[in-house]
Amino acid sequence: MTPELLLNLSIAILIIPLLSFIVLIFFGKKLGRPAGFIGTSILGIDLILSITVAFVRLLYYPDAAMFQYKFDWLNVGTNSIALGVGLDNLAAIMLIVVTLISFLVHLFSLEYMREDKRFPRFYAYLGLFTFSMLGIVIANNFLNMFIFWELVGVSSYLLIGFWFEKDSAANASKKAFIVNRIGDLGFLFGLMTIYLTYGTFLFDEVFGSINAGILPFDSGAWMTAIGIFVFLGAVGKSAQFPLHVWLPDAMEGPTPVSALIHAATMVAAGVYLTARVFPMFTADALLFVAYTGALTAFIAATIAITQWDFKRVLAYSTVSQLGYMVMGLGVGAFTSGFMHLVTHAWFKALLFLASGSVIHAMHHAMHHHNEHHMDPQDIRNMGGLRKTMPITYITFLFATIAISGIPLTSGFLSKDGILAGTLAFAQLSGHWFIPVAGFGAALMTAFYMFRLTILSFHGKPKTHIASHTHENNRFITFPLVLLAILTFWFFYSFNPLDAGKGWFHSVTQTPQIATPHNLMFDFMVQNDQAEPSSNQQVKTFEVTHYQHHHSGEHHSYRSTLEEYIHHAHTPAMILSLLVAITGILLSFIYYQFRIWDVDSIVNLYPWLYKGSFNKWFFDEIYQATFINGTVGFAKIGAWFDLNIVDGVVNFMGTLGRGLGKITSWFDFRGVDGAVNLTAWISKRLGDIFRQPQTGIIQAYLVLTIIGLVVLVYIFI
Amino acid sequence: MSTFLGLGPLTWITFLPILGMIIILLIPSGNDDVAKERSQNLFRLITAGITFLQLIIAILLMTAFNTKLVGVNDPSSMQFVERVSWISLTGLPIFGTLKIEYFIGIDGLSAPMILLTGIVSFLATFSSWHIKKAAKGYFAMYLLLVTGMMGVFVALDFFLFYVFWELMLLPMYFLIGIWGGPNKEYAAIKFFLYTLFGSVFMLLVMIALYFAVGSFNMFEMMDFTKYDTNSILYGMGGSWRLIAFAALFVGFAIKVPSVPFHTWLPDAHVEAPTPISVILAGVLLKMGTYGMLRIAWPMFPDAVYYFQTWIAVIGMVSIVYGALCALGQHKFGKRDFKKLIAYSSVSHMGYVMLGMASMTSEGMIGAIFQMFNHGTITAMLFMIVGVIYDRAHTRGLDDFGGLATKMPVYTGIMTIAFFGAIGLPGLSGFVSEVMVFLGSFRTYPVYTMISALGVVLGAAYMLWALQRVFFGKLPERWNKPWDPSGKLYKTDDIAPVELAALIPLAVVVIFFGIYPQPMISMMETSVNHLIEVVKTTGQIAGL
Repeated sequence: MTPELLLNLSIAILIIPLLSFIVLIFFGKKLGRPAGFIGTSILGIDLILSITVAFVRLLYYPDAAMFQYKFDWLNVGTNSIALGVGLDNLAAIMLIVVTLISFLVHLFSLEYMREDKRFPRFYAYLGLFTFSMLGIVIANNFLNMFIFWELVGVSSYLLIGFWFEKDSAANASKKAFIVNRIGDLGFLFGLMTIYLTYGTFLFDEVFGSINAGILPFDSGAWMTAIGIFVFLGAVGKSAQFPLHVWLPDAMEGPTPVSALIHAATMVAAGVYLTARVFPMFTADALLFVAYTGALTAFIAATIAITQWDFKRVLAYSTVSQLGYMVMGLGVGAFTSGFMHLVTHAWFKALLFLASGSVIHAMHHAMHHHNEHHMDPQDIRNMGGLRKTMPITYITFLFATIAISGIPLTSGFLSKDGILAGTLAFAQLSGHWFIPVAGFGAALMTAFYMFRLTILSFHGKPKTHIASHTHENNRFITFPLVLLAILTFWFFYSFNPLDAGKGWFHSVTQTPQIATPHNLMFDFMVQNDQAEPSSNQQVKTFEVTHYQHHHSGEHHSYRSTLEEYIHHAHTPAMILSLLVAITGILLSFIYYQFRIWDVDSIVNLYPWLYKGSFNKWFFDEIYQATFINGTVGFAKIGAWFDLNIVDGVVNFMGTLGRGLGKITSWFDFRGVDGAVNLTAWISKRLGDIFRQPQTGIIQAYLVLTIIGLVVLVYIFI
Repeated sequence: MSTFLGLGPLTWITFLPILGMIIILLIPSGNDDVAKERSQNLFRLITAGITFLQLIIAILLMTAFNTKLVGVNDPSSMQFVERVSWISLTGLPIFGTLKIEYFIGIDGLSAPMILLTGIVSFLATFSSWHIKKAAKGYFAMYLLLVTGMMGVFVALDFFLFYVFWELMLLPMYFLIGIWGGPNKEYAAIKFFLYTLFGSVFMLLVMIALYFAVGSFNMFEMMDFTKYDTNSILYGMGGSWRLIAFAALFVGFAIKVPSVPFHTWLPDAHVEAPTPISVILAGVLLKMGTYGMLRIAWPMFPDAVYYFQTWIAVIGMVSIVYGALCALGQHKFGKRDFKKLIAYSSVSHMGYVMLGMASMTSEGMIGAIFQMFNHGTITAMLFMIVGVIYDRAHTRGLDDFGGLATKMPVYTGIMTIAFFGAIGLPGLSGFVSEVMVFLGSFRTYPVYTMISALGVVLGAAYMLWALQRVFFGKLPERWNKPWDPSGKLYKTDDIAPVELAALIPLAVVVIFFGIYPQPMISMMETSVNHLIEVVKTTGQIAGL
């Protein structure tokens, strides 16, 4: 297959789910239940195409630069803005991740959403989401990325609020959109600066210009700022601290949606973006990324430990794992960070779908037993599900082991790589907080995941509902089994302890950082770049080969960091294994065998428990500061507008009317008064002269005589 | 385009409504109910027919429009020009000769506005479908209003422009004052006086310009070699020129409306009947920004150059302040849906100001495009509010909830409009907003970053309204059908006549969201020329 054909197929892969959306949104209601099957089949086709495209790309063109197709979208006469699609190894891998999980979720929902009155609408939205997500995956420029970035935001909004009759769902969807918008504001700033400096949004052109030494406002600080701006978009979408608050609430959406959007794909889009723009990060920006990730991984893990809601534990676990990925990218363990995105996508989708399976079964049991007041998601109501739902249990256990980072699983490979990266980074830069947070989070992850497994699946049923659950049908179990298989190591590397030599690492190598040397960590400078060569301008996307020397253990490293990561591998592996086993053991001690009592710790550090249980009061703090602040400003604004700004207008009006009144008074009393006075005087005069006009002839005669006498008297 | 009956297409598009008005006035209303019903039907059909013809002419004009001609200050490259002497008096005291021409034509600045006026005035007739009170007067006034608006966008003689500008005021006053809500008299008078107040400034500047060049021809007013050396407006960068520009600017800014001249708008919107709100937000507000582009910018390029930063600040303040006030409607006052959208208009027109101040291709094109998009999207929003107001007779944000279950199709359409206003990619509002930002960031990075807060606030107030009205549970009072008799509304969901108005707008919003190039090509040449004029003059004037 030629690159052109691959690109055309990628565009087809992008468009197909959109067709599903259009068909189902207009005709879904008439179609009824078949709408779900149509949506699922369309996604099946999409999946087959994706697998084909990805395999061809990875097998035949593993070293080629990004295949690109671009066109001028806006032409303003003096400049033009291009959009386009691109296919490289990262995109190829993501195509499979997105379409496979989307397909499985489509399948799963055929059973899970069966009784929903808006069943066809659900499938339409899933199509819209898949389209938008694929748009992010095959974007070859910032603007495309942003466009689809917002579109996934909307599909997420629609799906979180799918049961909009519930206030909590409507609130959660609004919160998700607005919090994301805050992150997107940063992304938008990044876009504006990029466009101003480089006049284009295309990744390769932008990175090429950076490589050629063109910096925004000629300032290294602004270079850092661009990186952080764009990364802020990722902070929003990937629920990083401090914008992580929307993701746990997003669990109000139907569980398949949580699996697809809020665990496996959309929330990973931020990580994907960070990986995509990796070449433009300066040392400071990378440090920012690394710290954000480390903090997120740690804080979220501390919250997950004490939650009772099945999905909420998983939600905080997702936040924590996303923090891991971001941290991995931040410390320069690019490949492992990205790999964790992929491995996490499988096992976290599995965890959520399994939780969906549990909730579905609980629901059915409740329905059966006319119980309507119980919370089907509270793990305190579960227990013993191992026996009633064996497939769900086994697959869930696979995912739990994988996320805890036990060897022979996919999770071990990627997590170990990230932790080795943090160790190496700390050795080189002295930022020891990052590995400490990383290993701490690893300990807690193993602990809370097994706590969840033990409390819900092991032991005896805690309610009669839990004892009456049943395993679900194949629509639900098939996706679980398939995803469980994907948690094995051999899909990523044949060596179960080291992914470094696997195919995955060889196709997703760390891209060269394009920023000038003085802005980079010197230990990230890559050898082939350190030696100036004549044709080194746009090497960003050319994957230079990891130089294998199969003879003996000799390695040739592209950067000092890689060398250190290699050396940190073994200690990291031992350490991470140690913490994982400790976490698991503690979990069994507290919850399975109950050797130690949990309450004793809770009573020992009540504030710690309270803080964790209440999510460190992030929501309350934000409510009190940002939300109330903004609303307060808005109230003041509205009041000010109504009373002051409009008050001035109305005052002018009143003033005008007052002046009018005075004038009219003057006019009435003065000007018109003068007129009336004249009239009044003439009238009075008339009255006087009217007196004699009596109409009596005799009187006239007398008057005439008097007059005559007077006349005679005067003139004579 | 050829002429018809000796008159050019622009004359037809402008004066067709007058023809319709005359016909309507000649038809008797009838005395009994049946005759009244019949005549009402006739009135609205005539109005719809006339405005539809207008829309057809507008579309034909757009297809025949040559995007390569610059226009702006070059009379020879204006298109579809018609020019005859209108008033010509000689030997007058003071004035000497008074020469007013009937001079019309369009270029890249006005073409999008012609299309917008065509679309909005046609579709707003559907919102007028249920007007029962004095239907004859209503539709006659409506058509007169349409002529006034169209005339403003085609006039190339300042005097003619002024005549159309004032002509539009009169029907608007009556349309709000007679067919409006409970507080209609206050709103109508406020609207009328406020705009008139602005017009006075415009009139003064117009007369001053007339004394400078001896003609009302806009192009002569833009040609600085024609200025009388004794005129106070002579000499680039002179203080009188700055004052004249400021006066003109205030006159137009009232119409936009920019903060702090915006308070007539919420009142006018709240009181106006739905179709008039649609016209007001859809077309009328654009006359302000159009006036700036057509008159203030090319006639006082030196002053624009001088005041540029202040204009950007006004834009920024309008964006953030308008958005805050819109958000405040949720918590303060009567929680009127229309008032919320009115404030959102203030905010969205702020983007236009910001783009126009930026003096970059992206920013200016984005500004005109934003005028067009705000016209279509806000028209949708007001129609949407009208739909529930007609049924529930209330617009309180607190009075509803859960309408999505009762009216699913309506909710679907509404989602497009709301997300269009939020600036979702794929819908036209996004393209213009992003263009404005990209352009103005070049000139005013800090103001642009502050303005971008409007993006978050916009999402907040829109989604808040969406949730309050459409999500959650339906209040019990709306559980029964809107119209149990089935006479007015057969179903609970949106009626076909309302859909007929909303769907074309939604199609326009989606089309230009995905494929904006035709619209951008239309204005690109003229806008770039205008920028060059302002920049070169500003540099010559040394400001």
